[in-house]
Amino acid sequence: MTTQKPKRAAKSRRQFLADTARTACGVGVAGLVLGLMAKQARSLPPTALRPPGAGTEDSFLGACIRCGLCVRDCPYPTLSLAELGDPVPVGTPYFVARKAPCEMCDDIPCVAACPTGALDPALTDIDKSRMGLAVLIDEETCLNFLGLRCDVCYRVCPVIDKAITLERSHNVRTGHHAVFIPTVHSEHCTGCGKCERSCVLEEAAIKVMPLALAKGQIGGHYRLGWKEKEKAGHELVPGLFDMPDRLPGGQP
Amino acid sequence: MNGLEKPGAAAVKERGWISAHKWLLARRLVQAGVLGLFLLGPLAGVWIVKGNLAASLTLDVLPLTDPYVFLQTLLAGQAVKTTALLGAVIVLAFYVLVGGRTYCSWVCPINPVTDLAHWLRARLGLKGGVQFTRRARYWLLAMTLAVAWITGSVAWELVNPVSMVFRGLVFGLGFAWTVILAVFLFDLFVSNRGWCGHLCPVGAFYGLLGTASLVRISAKRRSACDDCMDCFAVCPEPQVINPALKGADKGVSPVIRFSACTNCGRCIDVCAKDVFGFTTRFNSKEIDSDTPGEAPALRDAA
Amino acid sequence: MTVSRRDFIKTNAALAAATAAGVNLPGAAKAEDGIRWDKGVCRFCGTGCGVLVGVQDGRVVATQGDPDAPVNKGLNCIKGYFLSKIMYGKDRLETPLLRMKDGKYAKDGEFTPVSWDQAFDVMAEKWKAAMKNKGPTSVGMFGSGQWTLWEGYAASKLMKAGFRSNNIDPNARHCMASAVGAFIRAFGIDEPMGCYDDLEHADAFVLWGANMAEMHPILWSRLTDTRLTKKGCEVHVLSTFENRCFELADNGMVFTPQTDLAILNFIANYIIENKAYNQAFIDKSVNFTKTPTDIGYGLRPEHPLEKKAKNPAKGKLTNITFEEYAASVKPYTLEYTSKLSGVPQDQLLALAKVYADPNKKVSSYWTMGFNQHTRGVWVNGLLYNVHLLMGKISEPGNSPFSLTGQPSACGTAREVGTFAHRLPADLVVMNEAHRKYAEQVWKLPAGTIPPKPGYHAVLQNRMLKDGKLNAYWVQCTNNMQAAPNMNEEGYPGYRNPENFITVSDPYPTVTAMAADLILPTAMWMEKEGAYGNAERRTQFWRQQVAPYGQAKSDVWQVIEFSKRFKMEDVWPAELLDQKPEYKGKTLYEVLYTNGQVNKFPADPVKDAAGNVYENHESADFGFYVQKGLFEEYRLFQYEGPAAKKGHQMADFDLYHKARGLRWPVIDGKETLWRYREGYDPFVKAGEGVKFYGKPNGKANVIFAPYEPAAESPDDNYNLWLCTGRVLEHWHSGSMTRRVPELYRAYPGAKIYMHPDDAEARGLKRGQAVKVETRRGELVTRVETRGRNKPPKGLVFMPWFDASQLVNKLTLDATDPLSKETDFKKCACKVMAV
Repeated sequence: MTTQKPKRAAKSRRQFLADTARTACGVGVAGLVLGLMAKQARSLPPTALRPPGAGTEDSFLGACIRCGLCVRDCPYPTLSLAELGDPVPVGTPYFVARKAPCEMCDDIPCVAACPTGALDPALTDIDKSRMGLAVLIDEETCLNFLGLRCDVCYRVCPVIDKAITLERSHNVRTGHHAVFIPTVHSEHCTGCGKCERSCVLEEAAIKVMPLALAKGQIGGHYRLGWKEKEKAGHELVPGLFDMPDRLPGGQP
Repeated sequence: MNGLEKPGAAAVKERGWISAHKWLLARRLVQAGVLGLFLLGPLAGVWIVKGNLAASLTLDVLPLTDPYVFLQTLLAGQAVKTTALLGAVIVLAFYVLVGGRTYCSWVCPINPVTDLAHWLRARLGLKGGVQFTRRARYWLLAMTLAVAWITGSVAWELVNPVSMVFRGLVFGLGFAWTVILAVFLFDLFVSNRGWCGHLCPVGAFYGLLGTASLVRISAKRRSACDDCMDCFAVCPEPQVINPALKGADKGVSPVIRFSACTNCGRCIDVCAKDVFGFTTRFNSKEIDSDTPGEAPALRDAA
Repeated sequence: MTVSRRDFIKTNAALAAATAAGVNLPGAAKAEDGIRWDKGVCRFCGTGCGVLVGVQDGRVVATQGDPDAPVNKGLNCIKGYFLSKIMYGKDRLETPLLRMKDGKYAKDGEFTPVSWDQAFDVMAEKWKAAMKNKGPTSVGMFGSGQWTLWEGYAASKLMKAGFRSNNIDPNARHCMASAVGAFIRAFGIDEPMGCYDDLEHADAFVLWGANMAEMHPILWSRLTDTRLTKKGCEVHVLSTFENRCFELADNGMVFTPQTDLAILNFIANYIIENKAYNQAFIDKSVNFTKTPTDIGYGLRPEHPLEKKAKNPAKGKLTNITFEEYAASVKPYTLEYTSKLSGVPQDQLLALAKVYADPNKKVSSYWTMGFNQHTRGVWVNGLLYNVHLLMGKISEPGNSPFSLTGQPSACGTAREVGTFAHRLPADLVVMNEAHRKYAEQVWKLPAGTIPPKPGYHAVLQNRMLKDGKLNAYWVQCTNNMQAAPNMNEEGYPGYRNPENFITVSDPYPTVTAMAADLILPTAMWMEKEGAYGNAERRTQFWRQQVAPYGQAKSDVWQVIEFSKRFKMEDVWPAELLDQKPEYKGKTLYEVLYTNGQVNKFPADPVKDAAGNVYENHESADFGFYVQKGLFEEYRLFQYEGPAAKKGHQMADFDLYHKARGLRWPVIDGKETLWRYREGYDPFVKAGEGVKFYGKPNGKANVIFAPYEPAAESPDDNYNLWLCTGRVLEHWHSGSMTRRVPELYRAYPGAKIYMHPDDAEARGLKRGQAVKVETRRGELVTRVETRGRNKPPKGLVFMPWFDASQLVNKLTLDATDPLSKETDFKKCACKVMAV
């Protein structure tokens, strides 16, 4: 009996250690899977846009607790919480511009409603929000590129003449019409998606994309001369001059 | 215990069906009521409560935040807004007081699902399956927090059946019904009381909150116990009963002080001898089984 | 007459030559994908973009801009892009609908499907009863600048010759009447002297109350191209709020409503003070006159403003000298005008200099800002003054040009003469010679056509309300939504129990729903048609598809309805005695089978490729209805001593072959600029410029002063309310709002407001607001961003939205001369709901 006792204790200790190891491994594997899922969840589909003030997808997924208060305070049918099966991390708020764009309320009720700050409370001017960036993605079907006078995307833009301008050029084919090219300017586009929503084509030619997807970047090793000069207000290398040209008849 | 007889049959006979299901009915009412409050807005346009269990705003003034989710965002390294913090403190204080796992049996939308699975399992006489250690939930809890910390993302919320189901019911279910089904089938066929009793990290978290909670169940009339075992049969965490019920000899208090106890009150319902009752953790008083008027009926000792 | 015959021969000879040379004629028009393509014209605005219409299996399945149409060269605006969808809205009306109770017509009954026979039986009974009780002035008709030429012609003839009622007016009254008045007063002939080619020839453009960027998108494209490609080209834009044209403007001016009168006088003053005027031109081609002032605001006579007016509705011109004219404009100094209008002095000066520069060709464009104006005729005239002082008129690039908003405001409402005072080809009912001439062409006894002008658009609604107009037929327009002061005039008029209202429309519009009888109507390509655009271009199309359900075209309805009346029902015995052969006949026989209209057989309609087209009207009546009506109408342009010069059109068949022709069409050629030698065949060699619409060949400079608007903001109603359109929707939206994509692009109306005005009222962008005037209120949403930027103190709201009827708010003040409503100015207040 006396020998049995420690034996049994030893056995139960071994059993306990084995159980613990097994649980730890099981939970570890689960954790690994969960971690990988979390990583994958960051690749939001390009059509899904976050509410204003959401910041980067990484920080948003860390701060959003999926409570839906932003959805509740959105006065339009814009925001919804992702359901299981949607290509968006479940429970997080998003909108699809083509279905219902952000109407850019002056008082940004969704941001005010967010209890965690996942929607940055520092965002008080809706013009400063960057939900994405509109990209005129298909110049072949955009009616304005073809010379027609659609420009619906331009006229519905709440930041008209800044976020989208119509760049005019001569229509060589007709000879006497202008072509009005809708041109998006990233320093003003909030990514609200009104343009994509309103595009009259069967598939929108202008789409709001996540900023990271939409924006190119010029290498830091090159500067645009004319812009640098404008910024500085003077020539960067002062004192340079051009000599006069010799022309017939002594023309100046 | 007669295997053919339902647990609580004696109590029903003794006190009538209603009385023998008092706490169960109360819980179901509260569960439905909580859900109802959240649904009143979207369905009827009456906005008493907005949001869901993760965070909500009641009457446009009272913020409530699930402290577990909140902790995950903290670990994910995100700055905190005071609204969420305040809400978390309020909820925290509440469950510290009434017992963390009260959340599990009185609020959590998964509870009716796993209760049903358990009931059906008993009815169908299903036995066996995989057994996990009840500690697994604490491991899982630690894991969810670690993953939040490592990935900087509230990763657990990608799969958390508890929040997903409630949110789904309030905001749109999508395929979240598959999660309900999965938990149900898991509890029914794979592991008895598997989810709530062994794995759920939400329950684990709330259990830890309630370690020192005030509201408790006491086997205050343990001397009247006739060892029918009905309480063990219905208890989702039966390991919590024994010390309090059978510890009179060892001088153990009749109060169930385990944090795992969900304060569901099923033991009170099913006990024909009125052994159990709600009380505070400091009330270790026992009631004499011979108190007049409460003499238990004799029971078949088959 | 000899001239006209020669012209016929020549045009046909030209066509024969073209045919022989194989030019300008389509090949096999059926494409490989089984779609049959034929030429058409856009259903929307007055630009008149040429389109090709694709039909497959009896349905218009596609359209395209005609790549060779000179106006648009294959382009369209976004409305034109959706042309193929406008006929296929889900709620097209299928059968006539009569308000009925217990199987009988009842004013308060429910709309019940009935047959065409039942519908016309009830309608004819009501019309006969009205005429019997109160005479011909108790029946009336409201038509449209969207009627095809022959629809307007047939309707006008039915009313003026058949029912002997001049109570027919088109919706163009809301749109063009002021321009017409000013054309007639200044030049004696309606419609612009220039054409769209001015858009390429001008050095400077000035927009006066025309938001061309949205309302004439394709013309704006041409204007923009000139601004872009021509060195030194300038664009000046004047408006009461900042619209999309300001984006291109070199000089964008927002002026206080109504002060355009002063600005134009200032420019004249500037020209005179700087002696910049063209003395030679003035001496040869200009008369100086002035118009009576203090003429009221076209309100009901008992309105205090009308009682106060010294010369209500007076417009007889008095000749003055140049010096007197100069003295009249002298008070309009730069300082005064700048202060009154709110336009900075330097901008006014820049504007005046453009006109005063003899080396700059200036084209001025205007639409509703000028026309929907209680001094619309005046302000149109003041602009002519500026052009006439400089001689900048009737030549390429120098053009005061009135743009039109409807596809056939010019063609149908004006040329055909569907106004309450007009007869075809610029003739008027007040003129005895004109009446006689019309009676002669129409083979009517003398005295058939009443000499008194009928009720104009706004007056029709008033008379309906007052119970003086009892049988009323609205075709091809949504006037309940479009007419001003709907609460106080339009709606009570339609629902007056004494009245029987018929509305012909393809869709259940606001107007149709207010009617007693709705007639389902064939639209656009469901009938053979013709439109005349703003540059005098007439364009035809063939019937491409069968009408929807039991729908019938307006012309069919008019002619069919005429069969219900015996001459004895509508003409007094003494009139009939003059033409005993008409006794016992029906109106149909006298008006439409008179040997002229039914002259052409109902042969199959074919295109050059041999495709055969349906023509339901010809099939039903047994003669080529459209051709007969058009050729009879053409008699007004050619025959007889009263026929005015310069209205000649080519023959019917040519229009089906040619892409579109700008009248007068003489010697097989179009006329691009009128009144100038070399361009206009009626100006002889050596005459230079001759305004032959006036007996002395001179145009009138007409002085008119600044006078305030009928209603201005005050302490209570503290904002100007201006109404108008948006590019995506056309007029009342009855077609464009049924195109899902256009609906999505601009789903609901909203009120544009300056952000400061919104803030002062505690309003946030997107918030629901109540807009209230003395006449009514509505709820809309406030917009402080976007395409239109009103100045402080003014709000703008589009009227396309049937769910937000902005004309509940507007005032029915009209120009007392043109009777056109000022939809641009009344006082309102805006508050949170």
